[in-house]
Parts: sequence; C-alpha cells; structure tokens
Amino acid sequence: MSKETNFIFNQTPQVLQKKKYCRFKKHGIRYIDHKDAEFLLKFVNEQGKILPRRITGTSLKYQRKISVAIKRARHLALLPFLADGLK
Amino acid sequence: MNTNQYETVIILTPVLSEQQMKDAVAGYRELITGNGGKLVHEENWGLTKLAYPIQKKGTGFYHLFEFTANPEFIKSFELAFRRDERVLRYLTVKLDRWGVDFNKRNGELRTVTPQGEKVVVKKKVVIEEEEL
Repeated sequence: MSKETNFIFNQTPQVLQKKKYCRFKKHGIRYIDHKDAEFLLKFVNEQGKILPRRITGTSLKYQRKISVAIKRARHLALLPFLADGLK
Repeated sequence: MNTNQYETVIILTPVLSEQQMKDAVAGYRELITGNGGKLVHEENWGLTKLAYPIQKKGTGFYHLFEFTANPEFIKSFELAFRRDERVLRYLTVKLDRWGVDFNKRNGELRTVTPQGEKVVVKKKVVIEEEEL
C-alpha cells in the first residue's frame, strides 16, 4: 500500500462498513416461509434475482433455505421470475 | 400409521364465481378428510393478483390447506389437481418440525379456525427491520 492510499484510508474510517451478520442466526429464525413474499423481497434485487450471500451476509445454511423459498414463491406467482423495477 | 404434516397452496382460476370456488375448495377438503387426513388449518386469501400471468390470467383464488396425512395420499391428491382444469397451480410441501412450529405460532395470530371461510388479515412473525 502506498503512502497516499494509506493516508486516505486513515482519513475516512467511518466509510468502513459494519461487519455483516446472518439475521437468521441472530434472531434464531429456523423456518423461512415461502408464502411471505414481502419478506423474501429483501433477498432479491430489483430484477427479481436472488442476492448473493456476500451482499446480504446470510450464512450458507440459511442462504440455501432462502433460495428454495424464493423458488417456491415464484412457482406460486407470489414473486416474479423476472421483473423490472421491483423495488 | 405413518403420517406427516403437509401444506398445500392451490391457485384456482378467477373465472369461477365465488360459489364455484367454494365448491371446489370443499371438494378438496373432503378429499383430505375422506382419505384419513386431518385438517390442521385452512386459509382463503381470496382473489389475489399474480406476479406474472398464468394461462393468460392475471389473478387467482389462493387457498391454503394444512393437514396431516399418509405420504401415499399426496400422490392421489396432486393427481386430482392435475386433472382439474380449475387449478392453475398447486404446491405441496412437507413441513419439518420448524415449519410446523412456525405455522402454529403464526396460527395464533390468524383469525380463522379450520373450516372458517374468512379471509385472513396479513399475519407476520416480526423480524427486526434493518438495512443491508
């Protein structure tokens, strides 16, 4: 790291993000309901694609459950397969 | 006897009248109870907008059955849906113990008892709102 970048880095420590965490583990949620489209919308981008784990911070175990739940919701036409400006 | 708890959501065509829809639902209710199944919970979401068109229909009657039944029964249950033109979509899911627990806790918030016909107001398990 050059001196310059180091300087910038030290100048703006508040830019650093808080550590991500898995909301399911934190709140002790064991079951993800595929009928609740409103909740699943949080794990989907505006095109209706499933967000990656590195963005939502979900643990692997629950990411798998989320992806299954979203796919079930799509089958039941509660979530779109593809969308434009979902949010 | 070996039984599991299942949850089925069906979407019926919006072409049906209110009475026809109720008849169709009653038919499936009998199919469950007539084959040794036991209804745990039932929910009617009424005419709901679909996220995308199915068979050129933009809306559908959603109905949810929660029941315990023999695993063999599910085959014939789903076959009935496939034969029925009134059913646009169906999905049956076996509930694990967390699912049963979740639905039970949610059920306390729900206003309808089994065999009730009322539309349920939005129920929710509270999860803290936070920005990603």
